[in-house]
Amino acid sequence: MHALNNHLKSCPEHSVQLYVFNLSVSELITMTVNTSPCFHCGQPVKTLDQFGLKIDGEHRQMCCKGCEAVAEAIINGGMGDYYKHRTEHAESIANTLPDFIQQLRTYDLPEIQKSFVQQKEGAIREATLILEGINCAACIWLNEQCISGLKGVLSISINYSTRRARLRWDNEQIQLSDVLNAIHDIGYKAYPYDAEQQQELLEKEQKLHIRRLGLAAMLGMQVMILTVALYVGEWRGIDEGMRRFFTWLGLGLTLPVLLYSARPFFESAWRDLKQHRAGMDVPVSLGMFGAFAVSTINTISGEGPVYYESVCMFVLFLLTARYFEFIARKRALETSETLTYSQPTVATLITTIDGENSQETVPAMQLVADDLILVRPGEVIPADGIILEGNSSVDESILTGESRPIRKIVGGELIGGSVNIESSLTVKVSHAAGNSLLSHLGQLVDQAQSEKPKLVLIADRIASHFVIVVLIITSAVGFWWWQSGSENWISITLSLLVVTCPCAFSLATPTAVTAAMGKFLSTGLLVTSSTALEALAGTNHFVFDKTGTLTKGKMEIREIGLLGSTPQEEVLIIATALESFSEHPIARAFAISEEKSPAKATQVTNHTGAGVEGQINGERYYIGSPRFIKDKCGQSKELSTSSGTPVVLASEKELLALFWLDDQLKDEAKPLINSLQAAGCKVTLLSGDHNETVREIAISLGIDDYYGEMKPEDKLKKLRQFQQQGETVTMVGDGVNDAPVLAAANVSIAMTEGARLAQSSADLIMLSDHLMPIAEAKNLSQKLLSVIRQNLFWAIGYNLIALPAAALGFVPPWLAALGMSASSLVVVANSLRLSKKG
Amino acid sequence: MEILYLIIPITLILVTVIIIFLWWSSRSGQYDDMEGPAWKILMDDDTPKSDEPAEKADDAAPKT
Repeated sequence: MHALNNHLKSCPEHSVQLYVFNLSVSELITMTVNTSPCFHCGQPVKTLDQFGLKIDGEHRQMCCKGCEAVAEAIINGGMGDYYKHRTEHAESIANTLPDFIQQLRTYDLPEIQKSFVQQKEGAIREATLILEGINCAACIWLNEQCISGLKGVLSISINYSTRRARLRWDNEQIQLSDVLNAIHDIGYKAYPYDAEQQQELLEKEQKLHIRRLGLAAMLGMQVMILTVALYVGEWRGIDEGMRRFFTWLGLGLTLPVLLYSARPFFESAWRDLKQHRAGMDVPVSLGMFGAFAVSTINTISGEGPVYYESVCMFVLFLLTARYFEFIARKRALETSETLTYSQPTVATLITTIDGENSQETVPAMQLVADDLILVRPGEVIPADGIILEGNSSVDESILTGESRPIRKIVGGELIGGSVNIESSLTVKVSHAAGNSLLSHLGQLVDQAQSEKPKLVLIADRIASHFVIVVLIITSAVGFWWWQSGSENWISITLSLLVVTCPCAFSLATPTAVTAAMGKFLSTGLLVTSSTALEALAGTNHFVFDKTGTLTKGKMEIREIGLLGSTPQEEVLIIATALESFSEHPIARAFAISEEKSPAKATQVTNHTGAGVEGQINGERYYIGSPRFIKDKCGQSKELSTSSGTPVVLASEKELLALFWLDDQLKDEAKPLINSLQAAGCKVTLLSGDHNETVREIAISLGIDDYYGEMKPEDKLKKLRQFQQQGETVTMVGDGVNDAPVLAAANVSIAMTEGARLAQSSADLIMLSDHLMPIAEAKNLSQKLLSVIRQNLFWAIGYNLIALPAAALGFVPPWLAALGMSASSLVVVANSLRLSKKG
Repeated sequence: MEILYLIIPITLILVTVIIIFLWWSSRSGQYDDMEGPAWKILMDDDTPKSDEPAEKADDAAPKT
């Protein structure tokens, strides 16, 4: 409104219309208030005037109860400045698990704390926390304000770049779970975190890198100064005593660089030699060591040239390149760690002393094979094991995606991470928890990070062959110059060794890939398989799932049409009871009324992608797509052409109700499809949904190629068909029934909120709700390939020219070191273009 | 040029001091967080807190 008023004031030609405007100003205000996004998270507000707070005298709309509660906690805590300073909206408050708070309490158990809490003097404790939901610097401020205001918290410091917090508290005044709870109240999630594992190692490595670089840079500069003096001395004449003083100084200054800064190269070369391999550190180390040895001999004898500056430059440039590589790797690791971190589970260990059983709560990680544990109903099974006593049904959806509980009897095998539903079980642990299937998600990400793209593998292999060839050529050339009586044979051999180091060649691909992965992360995509990036660049066909991918995936019941005599309330209760067994987004629409539902469905069968059947009060009911109902009950209903997804509920005798569900398109869906089509890609929509709905959505998005009522098998068949036509297909999906399709596609992209199985078979995981990163990802991966090609071309071209030149004796050692380092730096700089903003 | 015999050792002492300083700063964590402190200084808590408590929407929303 302000802007509007200013505009009116400053535009005299509009003043005539002012009174017209004035009439509608009150209406305008209403409009802006109603359509403004949620004040806290920035999402559109659907339910008018239902949620909101008065902040600093102004009414602010909120989208949901969660945001309202968080904003209230922030304002009442006197931290309202957060809203003034923030540069990004807060994350939307997803429905927090009801047992989340309960789970936090487990962190107070001393047995659990052992693994991540350091005990200081008295009751003072220290721990590292991972924070989730940090978007901008104001979030850090908010968290620090909130936590440091708690009684009993001694200090808190949050690292902006890593999103980790270091907490110090007095255990007699406050419990750890209270702190975590306070963070939860202002809309963030915090987990304690075993810093020993990775973060500490990474930090140590970073410090070491900085020290090595600093030493090499400082001393290298001194050596360079001395060398300039020596060169000028050669040319203009220099006092002999001064010359020897300078060479001795060079020796003294280079020694620490070689011993401390260059150590990683020597260590890695030694490791390679021991394994009878020739990595690129071998010629590097030989060159450095050789140059230093010759210079030392010449310094002591007082005759001949010295190459100290070449050694120092060499070390400095190589270290710089490695440091950049390290930074990119560190960023990627930290993000994936936050993503895959899950809560430590507790186990009830049964110990038998003198024939008497006693129970003890221990961290699941401490379990070893053959331990006896008790798993109560509702608890997560902490490790893989075999049932000794008891019968129950178990939910294994976390691993298989199948949400139907599976019946387990004595002798049955249990998978760690699944949930025990009905009754207590005594279980014999078969694997230590670390080996359990549960840790497999984390392993998947680790594996992807260690997995090298094809291009890198080829480059590595060529480089190692190349090194052997270089060593042979160098000895041959050295021998030839030596027997021909040249006194320069040492310097020529050294130059050849240094100048032909395939560093640039080996750096060409990995630096580009790490830089690109970092860039992907900053746009909101986590790359779990770097191989996929090559395929993504060549993608000419994008296949989208509809629900939860192009649409928001939050179904709402828009209309209930009664088809039988059963009243609406009862129909809803039956539908809710059945759908509570499905994880499909459609099922969540029914979840809202779940609390009131007294009905319990038994003998439930979940037909993936079609519907659910089950027994309630002795009668069998079916709910699902009209086709599913037709298959099951042989009855169907003529549907009027209406937008939305129809869901039919039927008993064995008759149709009971028709629900129309609605799912809104994501804001970025249309721009994404447009930009993909503009880039010349085919776009296809595959959905398990009703044909009419799919058609409508496809038309509104401008997709010509769409298929509705597709079962997972159909989707897979369609995908194979595309691939047989020679197309490279990228599949973007979400949900359980997409997992096989995602796995079969050349590149797969999954949504974070999708079922976990879909994520684990995906090459890229979307970290946010925004869709545009997909279009950017294609551009970026194309850029990546072209950068890799440029790098390889440069590295090969450089070596082809430098090798003969050095063999013929045209390249003095200092030039060789400069050339080698410069070619590596060109490659690194070229790769870093990828991580540039914009 | 004999002055060099004095100047160069002085340079070396200076370089040693700089390197020791660099090592100290890396050890004491000066490079751990390169972004946070710049933000923290902007959000220093010297503004008076707004004590006005938030009100629920039910009674605060302008009914239209």
